[in-house]
Amino acid sequence: MPQLSQIGEIYASQLFWLAIVFALIYFGIGKAMVPKIEATIDDRNGRIDGDIAAAEAARAQAHAVEAAYQTGLENARSKAALALGEAKDRATANTEAKLKASDAAMQAQLAAATAQVAASKTQAFAEIETATTDAVEAIIAKLSGVAVDRSTIEARVKTELAHG
Amino acid sequence: MSAGKIDPMEQFMVEPVLGRHIDLFGYDVSFTNSALFMVVVFVLLAVFMAGGLKRQLVPGRWQVMAENAVSFIDSMVSVNIGSGGKKFAPYIFSLFFFILFANLIGVMPLAILPGLHTFAVTSHITVTAILAFLSFAIVLVVGFAKHGLKFFSLFVPHGAPGWLMPVIIPVEFVSFMVRPFSLALRLFVAMTAGHILLEVFGSFVVQGINAGGALGPIVSVLSFIMIVGVSALELLVCAIQAYVFALLTSLYLHDAVHLH
Repeated sequence: MPQLSQIGEIYASQLFWLAIVFALIYFGIGKAMVPKIEATIDDRNGRIDGDIAAAEAARAQAHAVEAAYQTGLENARSKAALALGEAKDRATANTEAKLKASDAAMQAQLAAATAQVAASKTQAFAEIETATTDAVEAIIAKLSGVAVDRSTIEARVKTELAHG
Repeated sequence: MSAGKIDPMEQFMVEPVLGRHIDLFGYDVSFTNSALFMVVVFVLLAVFMAGGLKRQLVPGRWQVMAENAVSFIDSMVSVNIGSGGKKFAPYIFSLFFFILFANLIGVMPLAILPGLHTFAVTSHITVTAILAFLSFAIVLVVGFAKHGLKFFSLFVPHGAPGWLMPVIIPVEFVSFMVRPFSLALRLFVAMTAGHILLEVFGSFVVQGINAGGALGPIVSVLSFIMIVGVSALELLVCAIQAYVFALLTSLYLHDAVHLH
């Protein structure tokens, strides 16, 4: 077995070259390249984590914006409903007031007309009274020639008229 | 070449490339085929990891592979060493990928190209022992630097009755001291056995063809099917042995950092 029988002549060479090559691998690759590759991996993992966090934040923000939009929509809707109700109330009140005003005007007109009718009636009654008194006075004077006191005639006429 | 000359051990021979010897302070540090394949492992690993340095936010396939390799070691370290294990990640990374690439290059069937003989660096006890004792030395240095003499409490398991201590402490001590040997031998034996198995079945194929007769080709075909199966198994063993070496080193480092 050369591995054992040759030890005496090759051990120095094996040790020498293995030391050189292993040192080259350790310092040239293990110490120099490996940390750079590790840094690349770490950078990438960090970046992926950062991107995921950013995406999460963006999603949360989108949710918040949507919620705000929804509440804004609700607000606007309720405001619109309120405004609509108010407008309706105002219109109703307006109509009612106008109706009331015109009603009152009509009532006043009616009252005025009634009053006028009553006045005309009174005046007509008075004229009838006067005319009747005149007629009665003239009749009495023509038939009997007695001059009767005018106030007496008036009273009698009034009672007769009141009897109907 | 006659079939009888196939030596399954020949593949493990270490010899200087181009036959040239280099001497340094009286030691023979020739650039051998073993050293050559260590360099090949380093170059391949460097090329592979360089593909992960593009640092793109959306990685390509190569970058994903390199990043997965790094993440794999990181998770192994964080799971098995726990807190304070991050600084050992480069060492575990170097260990795992050096062994993995060396194992895989060793079983690549590149010998079908004439003159090209792959060499499994990790099938040599000299290499695996150096790696194992390096891991063991790191465990000792970290343990004593972090805990001082309290590091010896590693040999005293929690909750064991006092009268058992005279037995348990020597057992724990021996199992601790055996660690580097078991680390080195496990990898060395697994790789050597696999390569010998492949070589033996390969020689059966050649011998079967040369033997002729009715039985020879049958033996050759069966041996070839075995080679396919054993090669698949070897690929698995390559990955498992690298993983076991790195995992055990992580667990030993966990002991050193946290004392159980």
